[in-house]
Amino acid sequence: MKSISIKNNQQISFDSIPVLEYDQFLDYNTSLLHIEDNHCVNYYGIPQQGNVQLICCIANDKNGLINISSAVVTLPAILESFSQYHFAFEKFEREIHENFGIHFINHPWLKPVRYPVNQSDKNNTISNYPFFKIESEELHEVGVGPIHAGIIEPGHFRFICNGEQILHLEIQLGYQHRGIENLFLQKKKLIELHTLAENISGDAVVGHTTAFVNLWETLCNQETGADLHFARTLALEIERVAIHTGDLSGMCTDVGYQLGSAVFGRLRTPVINFFQQWCGNRMAKSLIRAGKTNFPFTADLGVTLINVLDKFEPDFDDMCNETFGSPTVMGRFEKTGLVSNEIGKSIGLVGMAARMTNLNRDIRTSHSYNLYETLAHQPILKHHGDVYSRAQIRREEVKQSLAYIRQLIASIPSENLSRKSLPQPSANVFALSLVEGWRGEICHCAVTNDTGDLLHYKIKDPSFHNWLALALAVRNNEISDFPISNKSFDLSYSGHDL
Amino acid sequence: MISLLLIVLTSLFFMGIVVRTKSIASGRKGPGLFQPMKDVIRLWKKGAVYSKTTSFIFQIAPSIYFASIIMAILVIPFGQYKGIVSFDGDFVFFAYVLALGKFFSIIGALDTGSSFEGMGASREALYSMLAEPAFFILMGSFALYTGHTSFHEIFVSLHFGSYISYGLGTLATFVLVMIAMIENSRMPVDDPKTHLELTMVHEVMILDNSGFDLGLILYGTNLKFAMYGALIANFFTGSFSILISILIFLAVQIMFAITVGILESFSARFRMGNNAQFIFTLTSISILIFFGVLLIMGKFV
Repeated sequence: MKSISIKNNQQISFDSIPVLEYDQFLDYNTSLLHIEDNHCVNYYGIPQQGNVQLICCIANDKNGLINISSAVVTLPAILESFSQYHFAFEKFEREIHENFGIHFINHPWLKPVRYPVNQSDKNNTISNYPFFKIESEELHEVGVGPIHAGIIEPGHFRFICNGEQILHLEIQLGYQHRGIENLFLQKKKLIELHTLAENISGDAVVGHTTAFVNLWETLCNQETGADLHFARTLALEIERVAIHTGDLSGMCTDVGYQLGSAVFGRLRTPVINFFQQWCGNRMAKSLIRAGKTNFPFTADLGVTLINVLDKFEPDFDDMCNETFGSPTVMGRFEKTGLVSNEIGKSIGLVGMAARMTNLNRDIRTSHSYNLYETLAHQPILKHHGDVYSRAQIRREEVKQSLAYIRQLIASIPSENLSRKSLPQPSANVFALSLVEGWRGEICHCAVTNDTGDLLHYKIKDPSFHNWLALALAVRNNEISDFPISNKSFDLSYSGHDL
Repeated sequence: MISLLLIVLTSLFFMGIVVRTKSIASGRKGPGLFQPMKDVIRLWKKGAVYSKTTSFIFQIAPSIYFASIIMAILVIPFGQYKGIVSFDGDFVFFAYVLALGKFFSIIGALDTGSSFEGMGASREALYSMLAEPAFFILMGSFALYTGHTSFHEIFVSLHFGSYISYGLGTLATFVLVMIAMIENSRMPVDDPKTHLELTMVHEVMILDNSGFDLGLILYGTNLKFAMYGALIANFFTGSFSILISILIFLAVQIMFAITVGILESFSARFRMGNNAQFIFTLTSISILIFFGVLLIMGKFV
């Protein structure tokens, strides 16, 4: 047996993961990716006294199973790369190279990813990043950042331009690295782990926290209560509505369309403010907790939420018609920042960015969790892969999420008052949790040790794959169209840097 | 003299009206009419910070830019009243004294050595160059029509013309409004509100300017708007008594400001690559005016 197949949020004994020879491991996983339904959700290494156990998780979107296989390599190692057979492994191998110093032969470029404190090569610093260079009299370089013009998050973008046209964009991240994965191992209290999960990416608090609590309950082997499933699903959809609307506002701002920018901005506020009424803050922090809830969703809250949505929806529809009917806006959205289906497949796009290239990848359908099974979610697909497709997906997903919220609220489960307290996680197990955040697939993997404490914790934000799509999308575009392309992906810096 | 006073007066509240219109159009309250001017005064009270990579060019550029605008305003008449300076061919002087100011603001931007500012400077130079033929064909047509070559005489003669001259005046107004939008780097060519260096034209050129210099540049924009407004108003005032002329002048300025606000509220900025084409259409409208003039004068056989 070359791999073990598990479902989303299923616990297995860590020893039951087959350990393959590296050659076999490489053959098996790269051949899996030749089938279109498969994609790599995580590929990482766990350090073990001088060795590294590589774990590769390939999800099959058809049958809802995730194939886990592993290989143990002795350091220092020089290995054949996965990337030469399938480009989707490129970023994962760079990360493994950075963390453990494993050298991959035939990898296109083992550039630094995020400069972690415990990286293998300490000389690797943010100031000596190996930027791609083209020697030419005609071309010029434009460097943007690391301080973002709108002071959101830091990241450095370096363009090589021919006049106004972008030939190449290099994205250097890592400025936000906080060592979250290591903190997960150092912190022992559950409340601390929750706080860490909430701070992985400030705009996807519900997504990451849900991934964490689903995983933790799986590790503890505890059934999730119906009311908890309900609250998590509802919060995820509210977050999706709020952030998508905010992004539409941001996209209007970036093309200088004042009306859309102001109105979508105003519409987002009451939706995100609903979290304030529910759990006391707008970011939905402290809302989601493993094995319990501090803020049960009451019928009164349901009425408030319906009122918010009833006011939101007609204005949202109007403003969408106005925006998508405006020739000047469409002139900027259409055919800007194209990503083709082939590129999307080859770099392993996930989430909204995958769906805009007609790539059917949605964890809510393929590996459903919480209440998504009952919602029978159908992903929204677009074909063009341009900024307009990304805007349309946001518009339609907002509408879809609104319908889900209404459907969910129709039957609010009563709070489980006789909840069992959460046991310790099982010893020596592996578990994996996938959640479709508004941006895309969030993957958390955990391994526990003999005493049931965390031995290893791995987080993968959708931004990890998708940043490369932005770099490819802006090629041959005007440099002045970069901001709108960037906003249309709206990727996370902190989620990538961890 | 009177035109200078009126233009300075208008410049105090012009941007205020633009900003207020935009606020109201997007359902907000908006700041007071004099807020943009208060911001300028706040900047004037500050000292400037100069980057070590810049030379004296960067320091003198804002002053020369501002002075060029004042110089240009001097030749603008008010109805029957001459501007402070008036001579044959003063509209050529007007265009090129503004170009001189622009030249200095461009080399000032290049002086910083920043890759953004070079980009902004190249865009600004391109757009000004494309807008120039529109202005000269427009003024040349009126010079041909009236037989005069100074602003004052052209406008005075126009007022005693037929109703067709008002028709031409309307077309000319459109061209001048759009030239004013381009020269001041407003929508739909440039988005003055953006925070994104890569999409800016004018704003990116002044990224390194601070304090007093920045105040001068910002107030220069207000003055420039009021100056183009005054040019437009000149098509419609003149044969009336001075009081009515002043009222018409103020009404034209306020309408101009509201138009700018509305133009900026309901459209997105054009794709940078399409701007050149758009600006060039202004030239074709100017040519239309030129043919109109030829028709009136019976130059077509």
